[in-house]
Amino acid sequence: MRINPRLIDKLVSRTLSMQAYFTVGILVIIVFIIFVKGISNCGLSFMLTYPEDMGRHGGIFPAIIGTLFLVALSILFATPLGIGTAIYLTEYTKESRFTSIIRFGVESLAGIPSIIYGLFGFIFFVIKLGMGWSLLAGAFTMTIMILPTIIRTSEEAIKAVPKNLRIVSHSLGATKWETTVKVVLPSAAPGILTGIMLSIGRAVGETAAVIFTMGSSLRLPTSLMDSGRTMAVHFYILAREGISMEKAYATALVLVVSILAINILAYYTMNKVTSKYS
Amino acid sequence: MSPSKAVLKERIIKQILTACAFSSLLFLFLIFAFILVEGLPLFYKVGVKNIVFGMKWAPTKGLFGIFPMIVSSFLVTFGALFIGAPLGLGCAIYLAEYAGRQQKLFLKPALELLAGIPSVVYGFLGVIYIVPFIRQFIGGSGFSLLATSIVLGIMILPTIISISYDALTSVPRSYREGALAMGSTQWQSTSRVVIPAAKSGILASCILGMGRAVGETMAVIMVAGNALKIPTDMLDPLRTLTSNIALELSYASGDHRMGLFSTGVVLLSIIMVLNYLANFVIRRTVIK
Repeated sequence: MRINPRLIDKLVSRTLSMQAYFTVGILVIIVFIIFVKGISNCGLSFMLTYPEDMGRHGGIFPAIIGTLFLVALSILFATPLGIGTAIYLTEYTKESRFTSIIRFGVESLAGIPSIIYGLFGFIFFVIKLGMGWSLLAGAFTMTIMILPTIIRTSEEAIKAVPKNLRIVSHSLGATKWETTVKVVLPSAAPGILTGIMLSIGRAVGETAAVIFTMGSSLRLPTSLMDSGRTMAVHFYILAREGISMEKAYATALVLVVSILAINILAYYTMNKVTSKYS
Repeated sequence: MSPSKAVLKERIIKQILTACAFSSLLFLFLIFAFILVEGLPLFYKVGVKNIVFGMKWAPTKGLFGIFPMIVSSFLVTFGALFIGAPLGLGCAIYLAEYAGRQQKLFLKPALELLAGIPSVVYGFLGVIYIVPFIRQFIGGSGFSLLATSIVLGIMILPTIISISYDALTSVPRSYREGALAMGSTQWQSTSRVVIPAAKSGILASCILGMGRAVGETMAVIMVAGNALKIPTDMLDPLRTLTSNIALELSYASGDHRMGLFSTGVVLLSIIMVLNYLANFVIRRTVIK
């Protein structure tokens, strides 16, 4: 007996769509749980007050500040390096052995798990360079971790800029650098911005690499050499040590909402770019 | 005067950009150098065999066996793949071959957002919902190979979906049109023409998903139970290479700390092999 191929087609189509919606359902459920359980404890005062008794009471103000500092510093370090690399790879050199080695390096960095970054940052920045558990050690570690994302997205964005723009600029007498800065980068800016936003999301959510380099002090960091705690680390400690489930959910809510907002913004920016050139 | 000045400026800028590009290599070198320098001496001191195939981890007594953790890391990775691969591939195929424009506009970003959820959140929800569920309805303490596989299976979905989606969409349109023109149904064209053509990309997505699962730390610590033996059952607790490092790094010193770096050396080797394999698989297709 031969089963009608059209029937199979229909069945497969149903099954596949169920899989896709099931997976989206996982996301919806995660966000829903965090929202419902977190919203009652999460208000402006939660975000703006200091924690008391290890976080059992009070808010997460120092963790928010710690997160902001970590993100700002690592973006500050990684962006010029990443864009510089992308410009070099796309504008200043032809494909060669050297570029393929650099690409190999970037790919390898992207594949290294965060706990290895934690180990490295701990032994190199914290111990050997004597920074101790500090914002700076955390930011340096995070810089290396987000660099591949910034390089790859910037490279894609720069590659997507039409060749004509460069040719016209050169014909008007502009040097290579003038062309890059005044013509190529402005057109590639939204794409580069997407990469930066994705990196911010990654840094905000990271735990393993941060906890061993920035430490987990609950005090408000006042200098670059102070230890601090990000929201993700705070959430991990609250949940793992069973300090307070209510506060853990509330922290998770702030964490997840900020990451989703950044990622949605990144997606929106990228979409605007792709529709511009296609 | 002025043209030569401009030339000089261009030259300096090129040097700076080269230095930027070189920095990634420098960082990679530093990471390897420091993990190896800290981790390798113990291999000489205790012996490779006693570390890699040693059964007992008791760093304060000079025992650094990580064999159970290596086995556990592989077990959770295959468990994750067992759950994540069919689901992820289904999503990718649906997205690439079946979904309409409107559906795609909603599904694709939604699936990509899964990648943004931090691993601690996955671990936390695993502890709150999956672990008690297993304890109550299946047995054991709940902290288990099964729970870890489920959590990791969900966490590797974005990797599998996005890479195999790219592989599927890069199959030329004419392949599909050819198959459809010969009277095949959508599924016949997908299963016999498109998927075989995208085979290596799909394989690479699974290998990279494995890399993600081997390297995951915080979520695993929270749901795996962290027991120091080889699990013999889906319901047994276990400790992976990554959790071993993260659980003990904050208080370890001396040989104990070196033991954690040795664990890191083994982990890094596994990751590099997986990345190389994925690269190899992808490159072979490009050449073809």
